[in-house]
Amino acid sequence: MSENDLLFNSGILTDERQGAIRPPSGLWGAKKGGLVIVECPQRIPCNPCATSCPAGAILPFSDINDTPLIDYEKCTGCAICVAACPGLACFVIDLAFSEDKALYKLPYEMLPLPSKGDTVTCLGRGGEALARGTVEAVIEPKRDKTYVVHVSAPREFANGIRAIKAGV
Amino acid sequence: MTDISTDILVVGGGAAGLSAAAEAASCGADVLIVEGDLRLGGQLVKQTHKFFGSRDEYAGTRGYKIADILLDEIRENEGKVKALTNTTVTGYYIEDKTFTAMRGEDSCARIKARRTIVATGASERLIPFPNNDLPGVYGAGAVQTLMNVYGVTPGRRVLMVGAGNIGLIVSYQMTQAGVEVAAVVEAMPKIGGYWVHAAKIRRLGIPILLRHSVKEALGERVVEGAVIMELDDKFNPTGLERTIECDVICLAVGLSPTTEILSHAGCRMRYVPELCGSVAERDRTMRTSNPDFWSAGDAMGIEEASAAMVEGRIAGLCAADSLGLPAKMEKLDEYWARLNRLRAGEVGAKIRSGIGKVSRDEWEV
Amino acid sequence: MELIAEHPVLDLSYFKREERVWFTFDGVAMEGFKGAPIAAALHANGVRVYRETPNMKRPRGFFCAIGKCSSCFMVVDGIPNVRTCVTPLAAGMKVETQRGKGRALIAPIISE
Repeated sequence: MSENDLLFNSGILTDERQGAIRPPSGLWGAKKGGLVIVECPQRIPCNPCATSCPAGAILPFSDINDTPLIDYEKCTGCAICVAACPGLACFVIDLAFSEDKALYKLPYEMLPLPSKGDTVTCLGRGGEALARGTVEAVIEPKRDKTYVVHVSAPREFANGIRAIKAGV
Repeated sequence: MTDISTDILVVGGGAAGLSAAAEAASCGADVLIVEGDLRLGGQLVKQTHKFFGSRDEYAGTRGYKIADILLDEIRENEGKVKALTNTTVTGYYIEDKTFTAMRGEDSCARIKARRTIVATGASERLIPFPNNDLPGVYGAGAVQTLMNVYGVTPGRRVLMVGAGNIGLIVSYQMTQAGVEVAAVVEAMPKIGGYWVHAAKIRRLGIPILLRHSVKEALGERVVEGAVIMELDDKFNPTGLERTIECDVICLAVGLSPTTEILSHAGCRMRYVPELCGSVAERDRTMRTSNPDFWSAGDAMGIEEASAAMVEGRIAGLCAADSLGLPAKMEKLDEYWARLNRLRAGEVGAKIRSGIGKVSRDEWEV
Repeated sequence: MELIAEHPVLDLSYFKREERVWFTFDGVAMEGFKGAPIAAALHANGVRVYRETPNMKRPRGFFCAIGKCSSCFMVVDGIPNVRTCVTPLAAGMKVETQRGKGRALIAPIISE
């Protein structure tokens, strides 16, 4: 078993695969508001991403075990799915946020809850610190303690940043 | 000694039992739930994470909120459901068709029921290693109880053993409670739980060490650390070891169905590895070989709470129907469609195979 | 006490810490919450060892928390083998480490 297989088997996405496809780069770079990145590469019985999507961008499942398929043309980057996904596997990344920064809209259920203007550490899929980011907004779309934290951070980590550590 | 009688006795007030009680009561049955814990809700009350599934299984709702939803539903059938908490059903005497129960530590009751739904859930498994009996080696369910029900910090730094859904979820929950998780060790070359649960804790920096297990717990009177070891393809130690500083070793190495009452009732049992133990044969209505006994949830095979709730619905509906009550039996097909959907995925393959071994179309008379 | 002081999901009211009561553990006064399991109160006070096994004298503590495993048996108000993980704490309880199997104190219980 390769090193990559072992990494994937322990919960770290190593490459694109079904249920974890990145948006087409041309569309992604230009889309104000950002596009959704879903990292859900296993067939499990779960569909709130699709049923919660107000734009119909996460296509309806024919079987509840389907992995998500996305119509990026329809995605508005609203991040409702970021708050709705029970597995915290949806992220929105807005590459058009500014010249050098992307806006990362990440799910957050830990303490402390950061506030707008705070500096946070941006973490990769293995918890490694990748960059410092600035909190632009903290919202609680479903009023259920799953927050969506908007963080601006260097755009070069669009394929890396997936979580934050606050209070550091 | 008190004597109690009821139409339907539900043994266990967790996900399956509450669903069974709600369903049976909605058909007009008088239901008594007997629950060993101090409160109803079983494992649901400890679950701070959002459930998977579809809207029918309360997807996106946190487990402890689902317990409230079920309890509200039960309250709607006013007076139909009674519950005894802190009361353990200790046996069933088949000759007398009588249950014995113990309330707290010193009062007893005899219970007679026309129908019984056994929803006794499961108990935690242990794995053998030196010093595994030291205080500080805790079952994952126990850690959740301390932390999420009573708000008590289970420890300062924890080694999690097992990367099934429970090990992964409890690691996440400990981080939420401010407890450091040193690592998750898993003997298999792949996590057993949902991949997204693993990804969630990896992002927080918690290592998941595949092909690793705990070799021994360190400490004289309580856990002061653990030695972990690497395993090869055949699960033999490679010789690579290291010491983890921790005051809790949390075991999430699987569950076994709790089936004593089903055995007392003479229900035909069969050992099914895929369902994690000895479980009762069942028909499509979740009835067992004893025509007065139904069962649902983890007692019938270890699975997710979402499936336990649907099985509970089936048992409650069908037990009520057997009493001649106006049960909407057309719901049975819908419930089965839901179960089949839940079990259709990658993780459900094992469950499907296991259930195939204990399913019966009919019972010989 | 080793209590969770803040939680990102659960309101502290969920823990039902309504009434603080005093109890004793091996003669030492401790505080806990009425109605919560004795074992949880002990754990919050840093107590990890609840009994000692009959032959090997091994320490035992909390384990399953659902009244199924017998690890947390203690002597409570003179009664041995009490499942402290599912027995609610009450004011003034006398909780003691159980050594061995516990004596069947039939006479004193009846005389109460």
